[in-house]
Amino acid sequence: MCFTFSEKKSNIDSIFAEKGNFGGREDERMDWAFIAGHVPDYVGGAWVTLRFGLYGVGCSLVLGLICCLLRYFRIPVLRSIAHAYIELARNTPLLVQLFFLYAGLPRMGIRLSAEACAVIGLTFLGGAYMSEAFRSGLESVDKTQREAGECLGLTRGQNIRYVLLPQALATAAPALFANVIFLIKETSMFSVLAMMDLMNVADTLRTSGGRTIEVLFMLIVAYLALLLPVSLAATFTERRLRYAGFGNQHSV
Amino acid sequence: MQDLGISILFRGINFQRLLLGLWVTLRIALITIGISVALGLLFGLAMMSRSRTARGVCRLWLETVRIMPQLVLLYLVYFGFARLFGWDLEGELSAIIVFSFWGTAEMGDLFRGALTSIPRHQRESAAALGLTRSQINRYILLPQTARRLLPQTINLSTRIIKTTALVKMINVTEVLKVGQQIIGQFYREPSAAFWVYGTVFLLYFLVCWPISLAASRLERKWENA
Repeated sequence: MCFTFSEKKSNIDSIFAEKGNFGGREDERMDWAFIAGHVPDYVGGAWVTLRFGLYGVGCSLVLGLICCLLRYFRIPVLRSIAHAYIELARNTPLLVQLFFLYAGLPRMGIRLSAEACAVIGLTFLGGAYMSEAFRSGLESVDKTQREAGECLGLTRGQNIRYVLLPQALATAAPALFANVIFLIKETSMFSVLAMMDLMNVADTLRTSGGRTIEVLFMLIVAYLALLLPVSLAATFTERRLRYAGFGNQHSV
Repeated sequence: MQDLGISILFRGINFQRLLLGLWVTLRIALITIGISVALGLLFGLAMMSRSRTARGVCRLWLETVRIMPQLVLLYLVYFGFARLFGWDLEGELSAIIVFSFWGTAEMGDLFRGALTSIPRHQRESAAALGLTRSQINRYILLPQTARRLLPQTINLSTRIIKTTALVKMINVTEVLKVGQQIIGQFYREPSAAFWVYGTVFLLYFLVCWPISLAASRLERKWENA
């Protein structure tokens, strides 16, 4: 593969000086040796991205389910807290949340490691999104299902576990999968916490080595390798679950 | 000590500086929303076109923006395009290009979803009543699509506003960057960072929350209409 610059070569050095690229003029060809040499860096970065992404996704699912159930069963006080939290988390960017956690809180005596900030930040954001996904799932379950469960003498826990959740999950699955992909994507902001995730690996290589195209090419390939399987799995599951609707489907 | 920290916000023009920084992101967001809505409607039509190629291209485009983090796309346009094509794009312009690229696809998918969610009997009954094609579009399909689409479009707008916080990463002086500058200036105040980042957090919330509320209110109002 070969990338050429046409005739704009003259001002290229100044561009790179301005954009923080100190490597001087680059070779015009794709440097495959460079790519091969830095694969381990990216594998390490992908591992960080995946690991903390999955921690965040796991905690978000738990937090989201709890918040959603608090609201669904109208538990007093707690349900308002859950609602306030959801509004707060959904209406602020993760980047700002991370800055507040990582740089703001230590000033008030609450010191968290970068890793803790990453998981807390992602969970704070993800919990709200997951809760909304669960809620749309639960709302799609007919109310008679819940009432029938109660009439049969199921406890609340049994009702949730055997009646409500299985049906809700089938409807909520697409939204939940979309959230998983969204959250793993959002880990690209962990670089502001000085964590060596994919984004930060790429950024460090770019500023030090100056091989912008190779670095970005590898970054894209790495994210594709991480997220394409998730996306395909989501499509597959969605197709399987499309007929899982139960009871009163609004017929058209 | 704590009240010293918060006083930084009101010293000099610090608060105005933060608001100006916020305006930079909002300006990018507004332009992006405009472009995304306009092109998104075309994108949605293309997604439903009979041409296999058009549908394939749209599918690929949508999957790309769904899978790639926006930050990666930003880097690609801001740093990569300079290297690939010799285009030295400014941060703001790169952001508008990337976010519109993303917003168009998302908007198109919303439009497609809204249009296909209208039951087929609506169109068929209208045809049976003898309405012409354009009458069906104008009086039957368009109003119903708009009702389903508007709340979702408003939600997409808040997502775009939140995403524009990313421009900090490509050296645009927006609200976070201004906050950092203020904190750097008042490094003697230990709690400056807490108050400044807390304020930025609240500012974003105050911008996005009313918009989200409006969206959910509209959604509830039109649910059974």
